[in-house]
Amino acid sequence: MIEFDKVNFAYEHGETVINDLSFRIGDGESVGLIGANGAGKSTIMKLLLGLLAPQSGRILVDELAVGKKDLEAVRKKLGFVLQNSDNQMFMPTVFEDMMFAPLNYMISREEAEKRVHGVLEKLGLQYLKYKYNHKISGGEKRMAAIATVLAMEPEAILMDEPTSALDPYNRRIVINTIKDLTQTKIITSHDLDMIMDTCSRVILLSDGQIAADGETMDILSNRELLEANHMELPLSLQKR
Amino acid sequence: MNKMEKALAELGRMDELAMQESPVHKLNATAKLLSTVFYILTVMSFDKYDLSGIIPMLLWPVFMYQMSGINIRTCFYKLRIVLPLVMAVGIFNPLFDREPMLQIGSITISGGVISMLTLMLKGVFCLMASFLLVATTPFDSICASLRRMHVPSMLVTLLLLTYRYVGVMTEELAIMTDAYHLRAPGQKGIHVSAWGSFLGQLLLRSMDRAQELYASMLLRGYHQHFHYAYHIPFRGKDAAYLIGSCAFFVLIKWFDVSQLIGGLFV
Ligand SMILES: Nc1ncnc2c1ncn2[C@@H]1O[C@H](COP(=O)(O)OP(=O)(O)OP(=O)(O)O)[C@@H](O)[C@H]1O
Ligand SMILES: [Mg+2]
Repeated sequence: MIEFDKVNFAYEHGETVINDLSFRIGDGESVGLIGANGAGKSTIMKLLLGLLAPQSGRILVDELAVGKKDLEAVRKKLGFVLQNSDNQMFMPTVFEDMMFAPLNYMISREEAEKRVHGVLEKLGLQYLKYKYNHKISGGEKRMAAIATVLAMEPEAILMDEPTSALDPYNRRIVINTIKDLTQTKIITSHDLDMIMDTCSRVILLSDGQIAADGETMDILSNRELLEANHMELPLSLQKR
Repeated sequence: MNKMEKALAELGRMDELAMQESPVHKLNATAKLLSTVFYILTVMSFDKYDLSGIIPMLLWPVFMYQMSGINIRTCFYKLRIVLPLVMAVGIFNPLFDREPMLQIGSITISGGVISMLTLMLKGVFCLMASFLLVATTPFDSICASLRRMHVPSMLVTLLLLTYRYVGVMTEELAIMTDAYHLRAPGQKGIHVSAWGSFLGQLLLRSMDRAQELYASMLLRGYHQHFHYAYHIPFRGKDAAYLIGSCAFFVLIKWFDVSQLIGGLFV
């Protein structure tokens, strides 16, 4: 379970970005985190991963406080797909990048390789295996980044804009992959159709606070609410 | 991208060379690291006037490049922006040290010229050897081997991040110069008036990215150990290679090989 309890956060020399935020996400839930540019979505993910520390409030992952003491244990549970895949991949090839986490968690090389193969096959990415990270396209890099995180087999998966930069074909693959995952999922995106396909619950953020929290269909079909937050109805709900 | 930027960008891309296959690539990382360190120490230990003594030291890198299938030209090509800096070290020696040292026909060569040449060779030889190490060994394996030799993990992590940082910075540089030229058509290079802000932006952007990269390493379980690095165990042939190399350095250092060889022909 993931819990934010009255969390406040401001970047250095900046205004408050996260404002007294509280919510809970149960095991296996799939939650879409939406909101205008600058609403604080990426910041929430970084707080959850312990990359940023809140000025006040508590963040819990399975009863473990996200803080100095249990940070490694917390991070092992969470897989994070960064908004910018260029910053996610640092090993020379896709294969080595995918092996990185399992090997760090002391899984044997054979076992890790088996995992990596499974993930590549599932995503239809075998052709990327031995490609150099600096020689693949932006969308391929995004797919590879998702693959590296799946190879970690984390308990919960956080994705920051997973479908940006993807062509419709790969976007569909990612959506289907996300749907198949049984882990807890938190996904931020401006692609509301993708959120509609993958998430059962939506949290709408506005200025670091929750503007709405409820069933996906209730929120994504509420035109006024969305438009007040710089968004539009998902394409599939728009009448031509 | 202009020439300078292209040169920088290539410097950041050593991984591909390190992934090739050759007898040298297949050697244990520690053996290669140690032999390189010994090579550099030996080269550095030569007297600054011992030009004829240091020249045979060239044989080792030449042989190793041959074995590794990496063209020596690749090294000079990739390092073409660093090379002049290394060569510039002894450039003022001829001015300060005018003592005649050598007489060839009617030309007198001063000690300053000899020491300048020796220093230049030292720099070039060491660059060649270091480049060879990085070009034949994945950088993470070098780090793993440093850790095995009990180099403090802080230092090794710093080294690894510096290496990655160079890559990130060159990428950022390429992106920024492209963006600049698109909005300053016909301009050669970057105008002096923009240097300050350009450099500042470059540093900020690359630091931001490097920080995210490091975060991404931490999030995937990096804890200053290198279990993940590709490891080739230390075998008999690695020992043989290491001992052979060192024996060769000692031979050249203690015996005047160029005179020995010269003696054969007289
Ligand atoms: N490193 C930083 N330093 C200072 N302020 C920051 C930093 N990163 C983000 N901010 C500010 O914090 C606010 C929230 O940013 P955040 O990245 O969380 O937004 P977001 O909801 O992810 O937006 P987007 O949809 O554009 O990705 C923004 O107003 C932004 O200007
Ligand atoms: Mg964001």
